[in-house]
Amino acid sequence: MKHLLSASDLTRDEAVHILDTAGQMAATQAREIKKLPTLRGRTVVNLFFEDSTRTRISFETAAKRLSADVINFSAKGSSVSKGESLKDTALTLQAMGADAVVIRHQASGAPHTLASSGWTHGAVVNAGDGTHQHPTQALLDAYTLRRHLVGDRGRADVSGRDLHGLHVAVVGDVLHSRVARSNVQLLHTLGARVTLVAPPTLVPVGVEAWPCEVSYRLDDVIVDGKPDAIMMLRVQRERMSSAGGGFFPSPLEYSRGYGLDARRLEALPEHAIVLHPGPMNRGLEISADAADSDRAVIVEQVANGVAVRMAVLYLLLAGEQSTTNRSAE
Amino acid sequence: MTTYLLRDVSPLGEARTDLLLADGVVAAIGTGLEAPADAVEIDGAGLVALPGLVDLHTHLREPGREDAETIATGTRAAALGGFTAVHAMANTTPTQDTAGVVEQVWHLGRRAGWVDVFPVGAVTVGLEGERLAELGAMAESAARVRVFSDDGKCVHDPVVMRRALEYVKAFDGVVAQHAQEPRLTEGSQMHEGVVSAELGLAGWPAVAEEAIVARDVLLAEHVGSRLHVCHLSTAGSVEIVRWAKSRGIDVTAEVTPHHLILTDELARGYDPLFKVNPPLRTQRDVEAVREGLADGTIDIVATDHAPHPREDKDCEWAAAAFGMTGLETALSVVQETMVETGRMTWADVARVLSSAPARIGRVDGQHGRPIAVGEPANLTLVDPAARRVVRPQGQATKSENSPFGGRELPGRVVATFLRGRATVLDGAPVDEEVQR
Ligand SMILES: [Zn+2]
Repeated sequence: MKHLLSASDLTRDEAVHILDTAGQMAATQAREIKKLPTLRGRTVVNLFFEDSTRTRISFETAAKRLSADVINFSAKGSSVSKGESLKDTALTLQAMGADAVVIRHQASGAPHTLASSGWTHGAVVNAGDGTHQHPTQALLDAYTLRRHLVGDRGRADVSGRDLHGLHVAVVGDVLHSRVARSNVQLLHTLGARVTLVAPPTLVPVGVEAWPCEVSYRLDDVIVDGKPDAIMMLRVQRERMSSAGGGFFPSPLEYSRGYGLDARRLEALPEHAIVLHPGPMNRGLEISADAADSDRAVIVEQVANGVAVRMAVLYLLLAGEQSTTNRSAE
Repeated sequence: MTTYLLRDVSPLGEARTDLLLADGVVAAIGTGLEAPADAVEIDGAGLVALPGLVDLHTHLREPGREDAETIATGTRAAALGGFTAVHAMANTTPTQDTAGVVEQVWHLGRRAGWVDVFPVGAVTVGLEGERLAELGAMAESAARVRVFSDDGKCVHDPVVMRRALEYVKAFDGVVAQHAQEPRLTEGSQMHEGVVSAELGLAGWPAVAEEAIVARDVLLAEHVGSRLHVCHLSTAGSVEIVRWAKSRGIDVTAEVTPHHLILTDELARGYDPLFKVNPPLRTQRDVEAVREGLADGTIDIVATDHAPHPREDKDCEWAAAAFGMTGLETALSVVQETMVETGRMTWADVARVLSSAPARIGRVDGQHGRPIAVGEPANLTLVDPAARRVVRPQGQATKSENSPFGGRELPGRVVATFLRGRATVLDGAPVDEEVQR
């Protein structure tokens, strides 16, 4: 693995290996001294063209716990129309000797462009690009699902296991969601069945080629599909007033059709868990009852995010060693 | 003026003969012609002679974006591509929306001397789609404009479109529409379909083109006007034009070389070289436009040559400019997609790249003529057996945004003659003769 640009770049074995490595990383995080010397002397640059404190802090924490030097480079405010700045910034980072560039960008494909342009020789990690991909989010979701739903609900060792046989419903603004795209691909790779649920206006034309099912009716999916997990996507209120009169008539109507409230939570199978990539719009796609219930693993997703990102940085920057270490175990 | 004797060429790919070019015209045709004393003989064995190619859709960028292309560099590229005439699109800065600007472009074309430059006039002032530009003044200017287009933008207001269609009838003009419903394509980046869904790039749906084509053919029928559809790109548009022609509506249509050969799959690498408007479509659409071109539904191939400086393509997809160069590869693409597939003969190529565009642009007194004695010696010699790898850096166009870099294409333009004067010989531009 040279870069991590898309969830579709990962084979089943590679994805499972990342999850297993994340498990080892998580184990070290329970210790009093959390810092590992693994990436001492290596430089990780967080290159954020789009504001996301949560994701930046998650990557920053992951890199620091591996003892890497971290440079935060916020290029916020540089609009897409000034595309040259990606190139110039990348060349600057190259001059600074970045070993890995974690990039968040509002333009779909920007990490791809960065990785294939020759502007930087470092490993490129996509931390979310436009409406395209957010592979580490999908990995942390898969990690969370595996922890809770595989191997006797986390009581047995889950390393080496995938998500075979699980059914995951992904609900909300699929059209604009890089989280949905990444999850559909990764969950499919890991053997899970995925159902996307959204109003038809928020499902992309061309979705028929995706390895998943699509439904416009959340209640039917909950009752008939009995999902093991339900992942609620953030819905932006602005979508209501965008081009063409909006994607749905009102927030209230959206919540009624697609929000996760106490009633729907109750209708889910008893073991089912609730995920959300955050930040949540309480009262829109998820009610306070659902968000705060003991079925919700939303806070845990944040902690798992650090472990998964540690694993990704570790495998990209110290990649070969990891395989050796594993076989020696 | 040099006299040229072209030995053993195949006019339109048919029986070999000699062609004598003297005093700007085809002076004689026949086998074993005797060479006049001062004639330059060219061995044309294996070469196909075509009437000089005519492009109805070229962006020469001057005035305004001389960093991308100038009239001199763009027309030199055109000559190398086998063209003897190009129609220069109106989206310059200032816009070609007055007699003054179109005359300036026309004069610059004459001064460059590589091909005849026929300026296209804007339909509306500043391409804003609101008020008709001075269509009559442009028609009566020295540039004698006959083709009007807001290309780059769609004349989307149906009333403005209707008025334009009606108004240009007075001077036998034609409105060339860039068919793109603006509301359906806000922020659009590529063809809307399976690939855009996966790449997360905002879609440019086929219906946004087809809705305008359908509306415009009905408007043209209603007011009895002539309509030309630019760069038709979808299977649905082919169907609509086919239907319109069957009804007797006076519509013509063009397809670009890139829409004959490339698909939206190429967007997968996020390389903006493949970002173009209208976008590359699916393989099904490629099949449909080839079929439409072969059966005459689509009248012509036009390049939509759209040069851009490197910085406008050396960036992330969404920030990049739309467009690709095409003058120096158009004929090769037509050979590969239409001739080598057995769908068209060289006579058909002469029709879609010369006589039909000349007729649509109303320059058919000089261009797109038959290869016959007494006709103006606007000719192109092609070596169909040659193969070459496209090197964008080595092209004559000032810009390097060819989508065919590194690709091998068949055919090579060996020589181009503009009214008997060689602009290209041995595949190289004849700078000194042009500079005369
Ligand atoms: Zn156009």
